[in-house]
Amino acid sequence: MRKGMLMCLLMLMAAVAVLDVAPARAEYGDVVLNKRSDKEGMRPVIFSHWFHRIRFRCKVCHDELGFKMRAGANDVLMVDIVDGKFCGLCHNGQIAWGTERCDLCHSGRHGLESRIHGGNQSLGPGRW
Amino acid sequence: MRSRRGRRRSRYYLWLLLATLILIARTPVAADMARRWLPLVKDGIHDPKSPALRLLQQPGEALSRLPADVAGSQVNWTAALEQGRINPRTNILPETKIRVLDTDILLNLRGGTPIVRFPHRQHTVWLDCGNCHEQLFKSKAGANKFSMQLILQGEQCGVCHGAVAFPLTQCGRCHNTARDKPLPAAAVRGS
Ligand code: HEC
Ligand code: HEC
Ligand code: HEC
Ligand code: HEC
Ligand code: HEC
Ligand code: HEC
Repeated sequence: MRKGMLMCLLMLMAAVAVLDVAPARAEYGDVVLNKRSDKEGMRPVIFSHWFHRIRFRCKVCHDELGFKMRAGANDVLMVDIVDGKFCGLCHNGQIAWGTERCDLCHSGRHGLESRIHGGNQSLGPGRW
Repeated sequence: MRSRRGRRRSRYYLWLLLATLILIARTPVAADMARRWLPLVKDGIHDPKSPALRLLQQPGEALSRLPADVAGSQVNWTAALEQGRINPRTNILPETKIRVLDTDILLNLRGGTPIVRFPHRQHTVWLDCGNCHEQLFKSKAGANKFSMQLILQGEQCGVCHGAVAFPLTQCGRCHNTARDKPLPAAAVRGS
């Protein structure tokens, strides 16, 4: 009887250990921007909604700055950012740190697709 | 009287049980109940070799302090804003007009699932009218043809819900008004 209990416990532990491998999943609402970065030898850019929406309401970026609400719909060029457009309206050393800190924005794995990540997307049924 | 061997064995079982419980507590199912966010290095999109990983904020550090939700970013952002737990900026340019509207619209009046009471206030504290009107929705009660199918495909309400705002799996937060009770008088009747 004792032996049976031991076996049961061991099997339960094994099953739990297998289940324990949590799937890698980007945070909800993370957007990857990678139209040109990879091709130019930079890591893709990761933009986090969770981080920014604590500090700014949607209307700041999607109305005042004019970011279209479609991942990939904005043609963001590095020269424009340095010029004070897109991310550069804030990342200018005044509202937030400036464009010289390349790695903080260009922090993605190579080869990532430009789209919203995080297990939920706004395109295609069954992907939310 | 129990033998020493017997006592040792029961202690052994106790440890085994404890180890199993600890392992169970670490499974994703249990973790969901306790709200856990993946560290950036494991999220599948950050490059583990990027020097930024030492500097960027971990989601759990910021989000665990905000009102809980069960899906999406596991934060109830409406509550976070209403309770003053966060106070995100409304504008950067001083000349921008902040527009907030406090009317509710009843949608899905003819369907079978509970009525959808769309609240302007909880939206316009975050969004500008132009984010929805007139491209996404016409600003006239009953002038839009909504469809759950399109919403699930990322159109209409699904542009934001399922991407950044609370996800579409939370049916009851949109289908929030019972059909068999008198309709809320203050709300505008939509489609
Ligand atoms: C700090 C700026 C900023 C803030 C604040 C912000 N966004 Fe975004 N949003 C972006 C950027 C950048 C993108 C990506 C655009 C691109 O890829 O071209 C984006 C993309 C999106 C998309 C498109 C996702 C898709 O699936 O295609 C949606 C929807 C969206 N945002 C909704 C919101 C909502 C709702 C809020 C407020 C809760 C918000 N955003 C706040 C900058 C912001
Ligand atoms: C505030 C965030 C941010 C910072 C800081 C930043 N970038 Fe970018 N960068 C972007 C975004 C967003 C894009 C557009 C991504 C895309 O679609 O590939 C981009 C695109 C690029 C591209 C692609 C080609 C082009 O010209 O658009 C290169 C190369 C690049 N950045 C280099 C750099 C370098 C070098 C630095 C540091 C001096 C830097 N970036 C700092 C956000 C940033
Ligand atoms: C409306 C202003 C605004 C815009 C637009 C904006 N940011 Fe930011 N961002 C901020 C602020 C403020 C911080 C916090 C700075 C600090 O902690 O000093 C920040 C921080 C960040 C961080 C670091 C997060 C961390 O964990 O510390 C990254 C990465 C970032 N932004 C990327 C981007 C990218 C990419 C874009 C453009 C697609 C962008 N931001 C557009 C205001 C903005
Ligand atoms: C973002 C808000 C939102 C969420 C979340 C949502 N719905 Fe809907 N749903 C709507 C709207 C708006 C309509 C009205 C469409 C119309 O008028 O035909 C609708 C219509 C429907 C309809 C068709 C009309 C009816 O009542 O028979 C069904 C079925 C439905 N939803 C089921 C669901 C289910 C199941 C879920 C959860 C998985 C869900 N909805 C989540 C907004 C939502
Ligand atoms: C999140 C999206 C969204 C935002 C932001 C939004 N609306 Fe609406 N609005 C709607 C929807 C959905 C309807 C319902 C339309 C229908 O019944 O078909 C509506 C209906 C209306 C109507 C007609 C119903 C009525 O009350 O007579 C007016 C007027 C209106 N909106 C004005 C505004 C104004 C002004 C703002 C900004 C302060 C705004 N809306 C912001 C989604 C939005
Ligand atoms: C432009 C983006 C956008 C669109 C389009 C949109 N929403 Fe929302 N909605 C939000 C945001 C942002 C919140 C704040 C809560 C959050 O982020 O989870 C919200 C919150 C809500 C809430 C919750 C209020 C509460 O008490 O928490 C309801 C209900 C809702 N939306 C219904 C709808 C319905 C129905 C539609 C379509 C007719 C719709 N939304 C379209 C962005 C949007």
